Amino acid sequence: MLGPEFEKKIDAIVAKYPQPKAALLPVLWEVQKAQGHIDFASEQWVAKRLDVAPSHVHGCVTFYTMYKQKPSGTYHIQVCTTLSCMLRGSDELMKHLEAKLRIRPGQTTPDGRFSLARVECLGSCGTAPMFQLNDDFQEDLTLEKVDRLLESLP
Amino acid sequence: MERILTRNVGKEGSRTLAVYEAGGGYQALRKALSSMTPDAVTEEVKKSGLRGRGGAGFPTGLKWSFMPKEVDPKRPHYFLINADESEPGTFKDRLLMEEDPHLVLEGSLLGGYAIRASVVYIYIRGEFVRGAEILERAIAEAYAKGYAGRNILGSGWSCEVVVHRGAGAYICGEETALMSSLEGNRGYPRLKPPFPAASGVWGCPTTINNVETVANAPFILERGADWYLTVGKAPKNTGPKLYCLSGHVKRPGVYEAPMGLPLHELIYELGGGMLRDDRALKAVIPGGSSVPVLRADECEVDLDFDSLAAKGTMLGSAGLMVMDESVCMVAAMARIAHFYHHESCGQCTPCREGCGWLERVLARIEDGRGVPQDLDLLLSVSNNIIGNTICALGDAAAMPAISFVTKFRDEFQYHIDHKSCPTGTLAGRA
Repeated sequence: MLGPEFEKKIDAIVAKYPQPKAALLPVLWEVQKAQGHIDFASEQWVAKRLDVAPSHVHGCVTFYTMYKQKPSGTYHIQVCTTLSCMLRGSDELMKHLEAKLRIRPGQTTPDGRFSLARVECLGSCGTAPMFQLNDDFQEDLTLEKVDRLLESLP
Repeated sequence: MERILTRNVGKEGSRTLAVYEAGGGYQALRKALSSMTPDAVTEEVKKSGLRGRGGAGFPTGLKWSFMPKEVDPKRPHYFLINADESEPGTFKDRLLMEEDPHLVLEGSLLGGYAIRASVVYIYIRGEFVRGAEILERAIAEAYAKGYAGRNILGSGWSCEVVVHRGAGAYICGEETALMSSLEGNRGYPRLKPPFPAASGVWGCPTTINNVETVANAPFILERGADWYLTVGKAPKNTGPKLYCLSGHVKRPGVYEAPMGLPLHELIYELGGGMLRDDRALKAVIPGGSSVPVLRADECEVDLDFDSLAAKGTMLGSAGLMVMDESVCMVAAMARIAHFYHHESCGQCTPCREGCGWLERVLARIEDGRGVPQDLDLLLSVSNNIIGNTICALGDAAAMPAISFVTKFRDEFQYHIDHKSCPTGTLAGRA
């Protein structure tokens, strides 16, 4: 599906576990890293490679919130809105982002640059409010800091 | 006081093996592997009184002692490190993994040795991308130096260490759900018994410990259980503890103190006091969002397992969420209920449906659409969740709900009677 290099990587992952099925989460991570999201064809490929039913793979892709079934924006912003962040202004942060990007949580800007999501506790409560921008936590946010950050993105 | 668990935090190069070794790192592993049997390691940890730091406070040495003393080659032993830190209000394990990954690793290997494991899996929540990378680098360094892998330090014991990333599911922090997830399934909890020590991941004997729990092991082994017993409140609340302070305080963050730190000292000394001096303390959730809330007048308490249990709540994961008088308790509880409804795995009807009921009823009370029966309805739904599910997630939604409604009943009633909020705000604001 993604070439021999990719398959080699998958073989190395599978070797770390007593059963191929156990490699499901890490293999899905690799698929998502390579393609940006996990589509139906990839699910089928993974199912065959790990010897599980395609429905099982789909069941896991939909169970775990970090697997994307559709492409997200170049910059994926996940705003924590759980209690500690709420106490420190995550609702205002979310409203600010909605107004600035002119999208609602779950949506992507028409140019594909930003997508926004409301997520549950990211384990960064001491530096609330915060969001995750792609792989990195952005912490101790203020609205001004958010503006500067978004403007600084390439 | 001496910083123990966080002694390397903030140090230049704290993630590297060189710095960890310079501070005496891996001496405990050397000592254990060269001069102690696995059972002697377990005995020492038992004697130290160490209790699990993930939430339940179960005695760690006792848990290790449940594992079979002989390894059946067809059923290898597995040691799972629960790094799925997801309990709202909790952010201590991330600090340890990102700032001192070798401490986590040495503790994991000590536990692995004690239970005769052949593989340690560190199950880290998917969002901690950087934490997973840092751990991977530390593991590579440890392998290169012979601290992990085949014939560790010439002892004859071999143990692999594998980082396994989750993918966004709070429930995977529950130990049986973690095992399901590691096996490549949805994170569905399983009934106990069988307990993991008898039949855990892949049906093999398994022990699961929290990151902070295993981070205590190197100190217990190196300095001895007798020393450990002098830290904190012996005999049942021993050792150093990481407290996660968040919400309306001036200096939120992770603070290390001997177990039994007075709550007031954490908020007013370490935490610098309330965020705004003109707003009084209203309530504290002491152990992550799953535990009953304390009213301000209940906050004369030491932060340890038994003192908080005596107040009808729990130390849990020591995630302390501080709320000032501007906070609407209906809004706060509605947010907590939203979390549990979102995170319920859906296997058990009382939790799947009950958490939704809690969320919806709380939302309508907050919106001024509550009806007089709603408070009793919340209590009734909660009481029908508790004890009726496979795992504790449902209880974790119901216990705070009961405590909020009971302890702040007037405020809930006000929303229903006046169709408005007595705090005058939708929710607490900084």
